[in-house]
Amino acid sequence: MTETTQSQSTIPVRNQWWDVWDQFKTHRGAVIGGAFLIFITLFVLLGPYLWQVDAQKLDIRNKDMRPFYIGLFADVKWSWSRPLGTDHLGRDIMANLIQGGQISMAVGWTAMILSLFLGTLIGVLAGFFKRLDGILMRFTDLVLSLPLLPILLVMMLLFRDPLRAAFGPETGIFILIVSGIGITSWMHTARIVRGDILAIKEREFVLAARSIGTPPRRMITRHLLPNVMSPIMVSATLGLASAIITESALSFLGLGFPSDFPTWGKILFDSVDRMAAFPERVIWPGLCISLTVLSVNYIGDGLRDALDPRIRGL
Amino acid sequence: MLTYTIRRLILAVPTLLFIALVIFLLLELAPGDPMAEMPLTIPPEVKEKMREALGLGQPWYVRFYLWLYQFFIVEPQYWIDGLFGTNFADGAQRIISFQSRSPVFNTIAERIPQTLWVVGMSYVVGVIIALPIGIISAVRQYSWFDNFGTFISMVGFSVPTFFTGVLLIVIFSVNLGWFPSIYDTTLKVNDWPSFVKQLKQMAMPVFVLALYNAAQISRFMRASMLDNLGQDYVRTARAKGMTEKVVVLKHVLRNSLIPVVTVIALGVPQVFGGAIITEQVFKVNGLGQLLIIAIHGNDVPMVLTLTFIFAVLIVVFNLIADILYGVLDPRIRYD
Repeated sequence: MTETTQSQSTIPVRNQWWDVWDQFKTHRGAVIGGAFLIFITLFVLLGPYLWQVDAQKLDIRNKDMRPFYIGLFADVKWSWSRPLGTDHLGRDIMANLIQGGQISMAVGWTAMILSLFLGTLIGVLAGFFKRLDGILMRFTDLVLSLPLLPILLVMMLLFRDPLRAAFGPETGIFILIVSGIGITSWMHTARIVRGDILAIKEREFVLAARSIGTPPRRMITRHLLPNVMSPIMVSATLGLASAIITESALSFLGLGFPSDFPTWGKILFDSVDRMAAFPERVIWPGLCISLTVLSVNYIGDGLRDALDPRIRGL
Repeated sequence: MLTYTIRRLILAVPTLLFIALVIFLLLELAPGDPMAEMPLTIPPEVKEKMREALGLGQPWYVRFYLWLYQFFIVEPQYWIDGLFGTNFADGAQRIISFQSRSPVFNTIAERIPQTLWVVGMSYVVGVIIALPIGIISAVRQYSWFDNFGTFISMVGFSVPTFFTGVLLIVIFSVNLGWFPSIYDTTLKVNDWPSFVKQLKQMAMPVFVLALYNAAQISRFMRASMLDNLGQDYVRTARAKGMTEKVVVLKHVLRNSLIPVVTVIALGVPQVFGGAIITEQVFKVNGLGQLLIIAIHGNDVPMVLTLTFIFAVLIVVFNLIADILYGVLDPRIRYD
């Protein structure tokens, strides 16, 4: 007995998140995914400082250049100053990928945060206040049975011009796409959060908190929200992945950002007509989208395992 | 079970009405004017008459009621007339597209076969691939097959369908020339060569959608099998001396299929939504492409009707999934 107490006292002070991190590290896919996500984030954030080419500069003389890996082995027009080639207007593809990535990532993160906020708000309200539960969950079910992609497409078309007039072409479309994705993807988070809140609400520590007169607002922020962090974090990764895909799908259908404002989906869409001659213009943006989403999904998988106390520590 | 079904059916009516109202009001905000394409030389009073002829003169609730009446009463009447040669409809006004000035349902009926062929086939193929993969992954958990299957399904639902589609076109249609990149709807299948041609042009869109569907369903199948493999009845079955084949395929598989079947039912309407993108990539002129064209052309009746049909599919398949769950699993009875 004395031995165990001694060995326990030598263990350094740890909290739950250290355990989660230790478990997360054992998931190889999640670690590689995390590394790639950091890499691509740095690529789009620091890229403009390292690769100082204007993405929008037209250079008709140097149009339709091929990337270096084709140029080295075949007799085509290429140059080291345009390593990934140029498009049909002579714009540098590498610079476009960097700029497009900034927008795609910004849309993904903002839309994910918005949808998490809405989902958590509705989930907490429905789970905590019994009077709101019925009506909020019926509303969630209703929204879930809406055909979301068609409605999103219609929304893009309807509000594009008013918002563009109000906030300028770029900010307007950004607001539209982010809020569109946000308000069509909060439902699963809301359901999960509500379920967890309902379960936690019955636990003793909540009863204890209530017995000392904690007001509902502090009860939610202090006792309930920290305990539903794990499902929220897992649905955050899913939300980020699906927001990036939805944005690029909208751009691909021609209902996203205007064409002088590249995102990965938009670059891909613009290049589809000429993909027979220049496949690299389709493949690079597509790879960026796919690898980012894949890495985010792997992070989500690892997080789910790491946050599940039944798996953790085995 | 019957009372539950009836109750759910009755509940579906206000849900659908509400969805129709939401879509209608959303389209009501549309700034696009169907008369925008008309020449400017038309005098304003004639223009006003034309607007009225399109049914735009009345307040929105009258038009909403009219649309509901046409959708639920007039169109089924025409449908029955077409089937049995009766005359219920008696020349009543149908839902007319702004773009083609022809009944919306005629256009939809033209487009449905392509969508059903490509999308339906891809879902069937996806399910057929997914089930064995899920079963083997669960039985041989953490084997190389399981790890490989996990990776493939991760790729399957991470890579967007428009990229897989474009990639396949670049590889198989541009470089290798095996399959055509554009779906030819006018192709009539009446002999062996034309059948082969039809198979060839369906191969790529079906593969793209099948990969996406199989990725999700195989994960569900694996998780459900793993849940059941740890149960006591499996140990009992093994203790009775049954072969592993009987244990897995008879005892575990049947029980694991219950949640998977409902997931498959729930996925059907989503497939129609996802097909919008795939149809665009391979230029299949199905329902999804029709919707995109209608949205770009401000064709309000067409968009309204199509979106509502998608909504009906979602509600109906949710209902089917719930009822199937009750029918398949005797522990779940909703009464």
